[in-house]
Amino acid sequence: MGIRFVLMVNKQGQTRLAQYYEYLTLEERRALEGEIVRKCLARNEQQCSFVEHRTYKIVYRRYASLFFLVGVDNEEVSRAHTFTIMCPNELAILEFIHLLVETMDRHFGNVCELDIMFHLEKAHFMLEEMVMNGCIVETSKANILAPIQLMDKAS
Amino acid sequence: MGSQGGFGQSKEFLDLVKSIGEARSKSEEDRIVLHEIEMLKRRINEPDIPKRKMKEYIIRLVYIEMLGHDASFGYIHAVKMTHDDSLLLKRTGYLAVTLFLNEDHDLIILIVNTIQKDLKSDNYLVVCAALNAVCKLINEETIPAVIQQVVELLGHPKEGVRKKAVMALHSFYQRSPSSVNHLVSSFQKKLCDNDPGVMGATLFPLYDLITIDVNLYKDLVVSFVNILKQVAERRLPKSYDYHQTPAPFIQIKLLKILALLGSGDKRSSEHMYTVIGDIMRKSDTTSNIGNAILYECICCISSIQSSPKLLETAADAIAKFLKSDSHNLKYMGIDALGRLIRLSPEIAEQHQLAVIDCLEDPDDTLKRKTFELLYKMTKSSNVEVIVDRMIDYMISINDSHYKTETASRCVELAEQFAPSNHWFIQTMNKVFQHAGDLVNPKVAHNLMRLIAEGFGEDDDTADSQLRSSAVESYLQIVDQPKLPSAFLQVICWVLGEYGTADGKYSASYISGKLCDAAEAHSDDDIVKAYAVTALMKVYSFEKAAGRKFNLLPECQSLLEELSASHSSDLQQRAYEFQAILDLDANAIENIMPLDASCEDIEIDKSLSFLDSYVHKSLEEGAEPYIPEHERSGTLSISNMGNQNQYDTSSHSLRFEAYEVPKPVIPIGIPAPISYPTELVPLPEPSYQRDVQPIASLGPVSDAGSTGLKLRLDGVQKKWGKPTYSSAASSSTSNSDSHRTTVSGATQPDTVVSKSRESSSYDSSSRRQPHVEVSEEKQKLAASLFGGTSSRSEKKQSGGTAAGGGGHSKVSRVSNHTEEKVRPTTTVVQPPPPDLLDLAEPTGTMSSSSSVIDPFKQLEGLLDMSEDGITATPSNGPDLMSLYSENGQNLNQNTILNEKDDPSSENTTKRTASLTKGPSLKDALNKDALVRQMGVNPTSQNPNLFSDLLG
Repeated sequence: MGIRFVLMVNKQGQTRLAQYYEYLTLEERRALEGEIVRKCLARNEQQCSFVEHRTYKIVYRRYASLFFLVGVDNEEVSRAHTFTIMCPNELAILEFIHLLVETMDRHFGNVCELDIMFHLEKAHFMLEEMVMNGCIVETSKANILAPIQLMDKAS
Repeated sequence: MGSQGGFGQSKEFLDLVKSIGEARSKSEEDRIVLHEIEMLKRRINEPDIPKRKMKEYIIRLVYIEMLGHDASFGYIHAVKMTHDDSLLLKRTGYLAVTLFLNEDHDLIILIVNTIQKDLKSDNYLVVCAALNAVCKLINEETIPAVIQQVVELLGHPKEGVRKKAVMALHSFYQRSPSSVNHLVSSFQKKLCDNDPGVMGATLFPLYDLITIDVNLYKDLVVSFVNILKQVAERRLPKSYDYHQTPAPFIQIKLLKILALLGSGDKRSSEHMYTVIGDIMRKSDTTSNIGNAILYECICCISSIQSSPKLLETAADAIAKFLKSDSHNLKYMGIDALGRLIRLSPEIAEQHQLAVIDCLEDPDDTLKRKTFELLYKMTKSSNVEVIVDRMIDYMISINDSHYKTETASRCVELAEQFAPSNHWFIQTMNKVFQHAGDLVNPKVAHNLMRLIAEGFGEDDDTADSQLRSSAVESYLQIVDQPKLPSAFLQVICWVLGEYGTADGKYSASYISGKLCDAAEAHSDDDIVKAYAVTALMKVYSFEKAAGRKFNLLPECQSLLEELSASHSSDLQQRAYEFQAILDLDANAIENIMPLDASCEDIEIDKSLSFLDSYVHKSLEEGAEPYIPEHERSGTLSISNMGNQNQYDTSSHSLRFEAYEVPKPVIPIGIPAPISYPTELVPLPEPSYQRDVQPIASLGPVSDAGSTGLKLRLDGVQKKWGKPTYSSAASSSTSNSDSHRTTVSGATQPDTVVSKSRESSSYDSSSRRQPHVEVSEEKQKLAASLFGGTSSRSEKKQSGGTAAGGGGHSKVSRVSNHTEEKVRPTTTVVQPPPPDLLDLAEPTGTMSSSSSVIDPFKQLEGLLDMSEDGITATPSNGPDLMSLYSENGQNLNQNTILNEKDDPSSENTTKRTASLTKGPSLKDALNKDALVRQMGVNPTSQNPNLFSDLLG
């Protein structure tokens, strides 16, 4: 499947956006977010941007006060099969995050945490255009933003 | 700014966002949200709420759930909003519904109708919104309700709709593969869609289909290669570029598909050589995205039947990753190394230095990845060093999940590659000591079996030496506090079985230790059961051998304690023990034969040995036995006992109705079948046995002996994997010759010195060059690497006489340096022949330069006012050029700045806005607007304002 969730969390560990591509109950989400945010926030800048957490691999990136965390499948490692089907490309996910931020930046202009808070639904709409079924389906900023701009005009 | 429209939100909403934004702690945030829930519960049910207001309420519900509280009271309003005519409200409704509900929620049924209607809408944006919802909300049962409509949308004139229709079918495939079986050809057709977005989306279902059966799609290899070639040659619209790299995400997906198709297929693989080579040559190694593609190429190369040239290129790329200062690249390098190592094992040796660096790195992610690599490259020559390291790491971490994983890997490697029995037992001791409660219980049983069976060769001396060394090591360990239960069980069993076997330790010494163990773990019934049974064996062996012994006082008191135990299992064992002690030596020898754990036990399932007794009783007028299933319902007790889920030990009330009693299938023999392969019965099942009338029928000693012996019927005689036994048997035969000639004590010594040798080699190769490396890392690059590898090689040839392979390594390394100069010239190679003979996609792809600007299309379609549009196109190219002009610059800047100190953000923001973003004016407007609302940078959370892109 690939991407299993996208989270935006600020430095204080407060969730600013959460989108899951698999169903988790409210309690499971709470617990998961708590654990991975603690893990990621504890890391320093020299360490790599990937963290393993149970069946997830989390790729994260910090922009000013906001952390973007993307959970992907963590591949099963066995000695028998060196090549595994579910191999996430962590670097590509890292750049996906940057693309998301660039796209929001193009729409909001100097996007900041507050933009996302005031326009939560728009941030979600952008994500909806970019990711479906946990797959990155659109990477052209123009294509991502077109429906949102049209909606703005219409309303 | 147009899109912000003065935010268009109510004061209330702004206040909510502001207070959440300024909340200092989770509890403060919770308080705000709880208050919000109370208010919304009242307000949302008021009549005649204006639509815009309702939309705001819905978003507030989203906030509530996002912050971890239940907003189910408002779900129905989100569902209602999907019915709305306004696109924005409808899409918000769909968004909220997909965030709130899972596909099996009761409310979904109310949405399916709306979705069906919306899929037919004339407004393509409505169709898109519905398709988004389809992907998340349509479950297996509701697929038939919409699938026909979705399939028709594959031919929709808008590319956005076609793309989402493909993804909707993909989601159907994930939920129920059979539902889209008939559509495979549609996917293949969509691969040739005019629009690159639709083509890109089609790769996902195709990828999934290919993973199931590669062979059905071999004819697509050429098409995929062609598409990849065109993408790499920048034939797609420029808007798909990301930091000057053409459609990198599509490239990566295509490479993943090729990796599948080329796996184990030389012919298919050959089609790919050129394009992969081209991509690797062209990729921009200074950017993350370029490296992401490079990494994917390496993965692909390691999966397909590669050419030596590609392998060499991959090795070079890995070398660059590993030498990078970026931890991210090192991580990718280690991962890639783990993939390539299967094809060319020698490449690991070139990088041993870098690998060891990563292993020592304080970054746990990198360290763990490196252990994964070591795990993959373990062989019998390096197993000792690697497992030792893994155990050290296992001890150092706290996370039980990864402790378990590391422990089971250690066990796996040890079972497969153990150089000697002694080492194996020592290793297992360490694993058990530190993670005994986390490893699979089977591992404990395997260990017991190994000790019991030896290596299956007819070499009794070796076997008994193995046992002696196990006993010796366990006697040292057993006193330690906090041993895991599983390990203690093994220890007790081995001490009971073999503690007195070699005559080195007296029965009273062993039994003293066992009593101590039982006492120290008085809250662990299983350990106590193992201990008392072990005691029983020790004393039985003594008595059978005709030796005099006195029951230790602590053993006596243990027996007394257990005779009154709440656990009927312990009680039974205690009574059996006492009963056995009263028997004569001959009987005991029959009941408890020495070292018979591996003997096959024949079970007389019909209990024929009781026939004469039964016969006699019947003659004397006893009632005949009525099998359980023929009895009336009054005697359903034993059935109840069989229902494990309502175990007798949990004395809780049952609230469910009792099941109709089921007949117990094999009647006569309940006791033996309840644990056919267990070494020793666990206390749980024995509860059942107590209830069952048959168990009490049989003589106590009989039940005891069948219960307490190793039961190996139906169990494989050999343990572990075949590779191990062959490797180990050769090594044992080696050490056996040692043992027979030299004294037994030297044998472990040689092992230790060997491992010390290799680890010292290890550390020397690590330390000496390390100083040099840190000084001249960047300058010397490849040549230094060659130098160190040749040095370590000298050691190697001295130590293990592997000199021949080494020299070729040096020459290869020097080759690399030559290679490095070459690419600059080879880039100018004549472009590979144009292979654009793919019928449909070619025509459309190559015409991509004439692809219409999506904005222009929208313009035409919706006929919007001039001035509304001008903002975007004029900004668009402007921004694009900004990004592309200092693309490199910007890229580096953001990486540098993204972690900037937030306190400096406010000052940098203003200067930054001069160079980036739509316009300075907009930014200032926004700033001012927010300030008006009372949110300003000096208030409690200045971070809210910091510009994310710095």
